[in-house]
Amino acid sequence: MTNMETSYRIKGATGDWEVVIGLEVHAQVTSNAKLFSGAATAFGAEPNSQVSLVDAAMPGMLPVPNRECIRQAVRTGMAIDAQINKWSRFDRKNYFYADLPQGYQISQLYHPLVGEGAVEIEDDGRSKTIGVERIHVEQDAGKLMHDQHPKRSYVDLNRSGVALMEIVSKPDMRSPAEAGAYLTKLRSILRYVGSCDGNMDQGSMRADVNVSVRKPGDEFGTRTETKNVNSIRFVMAAIEHEAKRQVAVLEDGGTIQQETRLFNPDTGTTRSMRSKEDAHDYRYFPDPDLLPLELDDEFLDECRASLPELPGAKRKRYEALGISAYAADVITAEVESARWFDALLDAGAKPVAAANWVTSELFGALNRLGKSIGESPVQPGQAAELLALVADGTLSGSLAKQVFEAMLETGDAPGKIVEERGLKQTSDTGAIEAVIADVLEKNPKQLEQYRGGKEALFGFFVGQTMKAMAGKANPQVVNDLLKKALAG
Amino acid sequence: MSDLTDLGIRQIRDGVANGDLSAREVAEAFNAAVAAAKPLNAFIVETPEHALAAADKVDQARAAGETLPSMAGVPIGMKDLFCTNGVQTTAASHILEGFKPEYESTVSQKLWDAGAGMLGKLNLDQFAMGSSNETSYFGNVVSPWRRNDGGNAPLAPGGSSGGSAAVVAGRIAPGATGTDTGGSIRQPAAFVGISGIKPTYGRCSRWGTIAFASSLDQAGPMARDVRDCAIMLEAMSGFDAKDATSLDVPVPQWEAGLNASMAGKRVGIPREYRVDNMPEEIEALWQQGIAWMKDAGAEIVEVSLPHTRYALPAYYIIAPAEASSNLARYDGVRYGQRDLPEAANLQDMYAATRAAGFGDEVKRRILIGTYVLSAGFYDAYFTQASKVRALIAQDFERAWERCDVLLTPTAPSAAFALGEKSADPLAMYLNDVFTVPSSLAGLPAMSVPGGLDKAGLPLGLQVIGRALDEQGVLNAALAIEERAGFNARPERWW
Repeated sequence: MTNMETSYRIKGATGDWEVVIGLEVHAQVTSNAKLFSGAATAFGAEPNSQVSLVDAAMPGMLPVPNRECIRQAVRTGMAIDAQINKWSRFDRKNYFYADLPQGYQISQLYHPLVGEGAVEIEDDGRSKTIGVERIHVEQDAGKLMHDQHPKRSYVDLNRSGVALMEIVSKPDMRSPAEAGAYLTKLRSILRYVGSCDGNMDQGSMRADVNVSVRKPGDEFGTRTETKNVNSIRFVMAAIEHEAKRQVAVLEDGGTIQQETRLFNPDTGTTRSMRSKEDAHDYRYFPDPDLLPLELDDEFLDECRASLPELPGAKRKRYEALGISAYAADVITAEVESARWFDALLDAGAKPVAAANWVTSELFGALNRLGKSIGESPVQPGQAAELLALVADGTLSGSLAKQVFEAMLETGDAPGKIVEERGLKQTSDTGAIEAVIADVLEKNPKQLEQYRGGKEALFGFFVGQTMKAMAGKANPQVVNDLLKKALAG
Repeated sequence: MSDLTDLGIRQIRDGVANGDLSAREVAEAFNAAVAAAKPLNAFIVETPEHALAAADKVDQARAAGETLPSMAGVPIGMKDLFCTNGVQTTAASHILEGFKPEYESTVSQKLWDAGAGMLGKLNLDQFAMGSSNETSYFGNVVSPWRRNDGGNAPLAPGGSSGGSAAVVAGRIAPGATGTDTGGSIRQPAAFVGISGIKPTYGRCSRWGTIAFASSLDQAGPMARDVRDCAIMLEAMSGFDAKDATSLDVPVPQWEAGLNASMAGKRVGIPREYRVDNMPEEIEALWQQGIAWMKDAGAEIVEVSLPHTRYALPAYYIIAPAEASSNLARYDGVRYGQRDLPEAANLQDMYAATRAAGFGDEVKRRILIGTYVLSAGFYDAYFTQASKVRALIAQDFERAWERCDVLLTPTAPSAAFALGEKSADPLAMYLNDVFTVPSSLAGLPAMSVPGGLDKAGLPLGLQVIGRALDEQGVLNAALAIEERAGFNARPERWW
């Protein structure tokens, strides 16, 4: 792979335009409790059933930091090789809205928990490093419900106070595909680390998309921020639409307003939400209810020790075992498939054969069945047993496919299936010779033609023999014995 | 036996413990005093049944031979800034009128656990913002004291813990909770001739106490004498995991540790506390206090706290800044008052609710706080004030190299008449000039009565100590108390 810039350009009337993209990803921290209260965080609960006195901002209530949320953010920072700030602080971001009971969001403006880091992406055979500016932790807001009453809006505070990591990238991306690759990789890392489930359809991960355009080589243009885009596909669509819109405005002699925009997934377009002039003055200041967050070495050591092997390291390890780069890439893309594969290796499977089988047979079958790897009817131990039966010659390739199908259907172990269905390959020469003799006897015409020089009929005799043996004969033994018998 | 309402906390506790008194008769006597004290307007809500229930529990426990806790049988007043389960809690603001919490503040719970009962919820300056009790939505508290000029002008009890001060001075409660952000325990204590201590920031949990300025707010006791303050402070203090700024340190046995000898102690006299136009009587009392300290065996040293004059301006930036954010939750959405004009949208509802719900002084501080945090002004005001705050704390740190406690007047004047300063916020703010620096530094500080001025009104002396050295503060205050022999009390006119 090479590290080179994308050739993605918006074609305008005045020439090519380059797109500059930065993403602010809000990732919900995987934690049983909220950032500053003990209330639960499960998705899909009855409205207002997971709200503590703190989340509802009752008079006199105070926030107390949840150590687990801090730990998850630190581990995430470590996973992208970021600076971990041993001293950080919470600030209040003040604004009024009905989904914000305190009248302020507790966030980190001045001293974030995590500083600069980086995410490696691959896009179309190229590799690129996307800088991460910072990761800070903050509270989520509640949710307004406008469909419950003809004239009133209701508020659901279940999300109020849930911990989010805001992962702010540098403006390092230059195409929708790079932004997509960054989000995919980031999501993969979060899921490896276990700090966010990455379920974008449940709102666990969403992105604010900063886009500007410029002529290649020029200074950065004025950017717009499209808020709360909740799928990778939508992020890519929003970038494409927004970049084209900006080019059209600029080429029309207009200027880009620094503003906040909203993406409409139904139309694939963005529209203005509020301009810079209308922007809130958030009056950030250090939250006086909270002491600065000070992390000691023991805590950081524990965070580091608890990190799993990350996708990059895993890929390198697989490639060192002889696995192809392609297969290593496919297997490590999702933490579940990588874990499944590691379990397969742990059960004794040979790496190269295992990787080929997983990427072709297993993924093909799961795809066909519409199941995720977590829902696979076949467990790694069973798969290792199947591969071992192939390796020791008990099963031919085609028998192995039959056995695997049976495993998918029944969930049984391959040994049991082989035994019950008699699918074992035979190399018993006596039995095979008897079948061959019978085949030759039943096909005198073909035998005569073959012996007359039409050797292409060899395949016919193989087929007849295998058919008579229900596919269970060792193909090599069949070949050898047939040649002998045909020679007469 | 003299009137039961003349008894203080220790006397009641000991009397109940040894069987000389029943907790019920004590509660009944104070309930009657509360009922008779309406002209003082000290209570927003009276809770005689709470006091009786607590008393009966104590009497039963004693009958059963159980060991009684430290405040058993003592009925107290609860400043209406502490959330009390099922009892209206308002911070003396219209915006919380009718609000009944479903939870109990940590401090009040600790007092109930210690066997105390509640006489009622005490009036205060709205959201604890004020020095005269005139900002309460429920009308001002009237001091039980009157000048000896026969004019009967109603006087301010001080603030913001004015209701607390009035009931303790008026023998309507033996003790009351206060909260102190910039002097709200000490100044009213001085105005009515009682004792009151603001402990080290973090000693008393803030959980369940309605916030004014989070980095400054501290609860503390107000009582007739130093010993009673020590008893009550012990009951109120202690680590609370629900308050991230709570100090995880053991609570000393302050009452057992009381010792009025100042031998071997150095008492610092900060020269910057000599302010312009300070009444001669205040200066004279200060000198008297110095003489008492010497008499108790202390060495007197002059010290300098050079940034003192910046304390008040810094305080009136930091406290309103925090308040402007802390009070954002009173928006009419979830609890308290809601003002929903015809065809109003969300913003209209916020504006109408807060315009009607907050008093003028609260609005003034929200405006100041919003201004000093605004883009373009933040560094000039809030950041600068935070730096000043650090310098003030450093001043005290340097002073502790030369002395063990500091002695100053509590307030620059005796109680003033109601209405006298309410039109001039700056004159009102100047009342906090001696109390604010120790608040900014988070240090324990106490007011103890020293004497009366020419008009027959009480004057207080303030003792400031090192962080966590409440014992040193209480002991120095006790040395003053023993020498001052202050036994003046307001004549009952209500």
